[in-house]
Amino acid sequence: MKDIYAWAAIGLIILASTTGDVLLSYSMKRVGDVGELWKQRGVLAVVGRVLATPAFALGLMAMGVAFYSLLFGLSWGNLSLVVPASASLTFVANAVAAKIFLHERVGRRRWIAALLVAGGVVLMAV
Amino acid sequence: MTFRKYLVLAGITIFSTAGDSLLARGMKALGSVSLHDLSSLLLAILNPWVAAGILFLLAFFACYMSALSWADLTYVLPATSLGYVLVALIARFTFHEAISPTRWVGISLIAAGVGFVAAGPSVTHQHEISANVSRETVSSEVES
Repeated sequence: MKDIYAWAAIGLIILASTTGDVLLSYSMKRVGDVGELWKQRGVLAVVGRVLATPAFALGLMAMGVAFYSLLFGLSWGNLSLVVPASASLTFVANAVAAKIFLHERVGRRRWIAALLVAGGVVLMAV
Repeated sequence: MTFRKYLVLAGITIFSTAGDSLLARGMKALGSVSLHDLSSLLLAILNPWVAAGILFLLAFFACYMSALSWADLTYVLPATSLGYVLVALIARFTFHEAISPTRWVGISLIAAGVGFVAAGPSVTHQHEISANVSRETVSSEVES
């Protein structure tokens, strides 16, 4: 029974954090280079423009869901399953989602990097 | 990529690692949360370890948003994954925990992945690239 809860939490973490990452990345690309904006218009302009982007609020909500799913998963004590499984699968899910929804050019270099890191994360937990 | 941008990537790595470790420690102290008592999850932030973890994660979030404003998601995520290696090395040299051969392989895979993505361009999609402008030119313009 605990395993089912753990995998449910893992699935939820992957779904929510991928959705959140894509939405946040999308919103920050619309805001533009934060460092440049800060230099030219000050920190309040940065905060204002970020908060005024609807995708940012949605991404934040998705991240909140992912955060509480992680707390939920961690509280079941299966730290060595929940963290590596959700982390490594999130790298792969994000690469797919970024290609589809953000139109990033996920070339061979990026795929290899995502898969190497995902594999490495799993091995770190063995 | 400027030095300041590499600092932001380092901030993502360090703050998220510290935040996650503090959270994990706090949740261990709280024990299992029952499905029937989800309100205890909301009260979890009263635990000092969890509260400190959340502060670090806020710092992480600020760095992460900054990085996403000038780099691809598929660049930022692998480039900042050295945190897993960091945790293992801290455990090795601070707490003298042994690192198994499997974990060393994991460490090298992650390090290789970070090297792979960091050697490439940090932005690929932001501008429509016309036929006579190469991708390298555009990404170096974006980076400078």
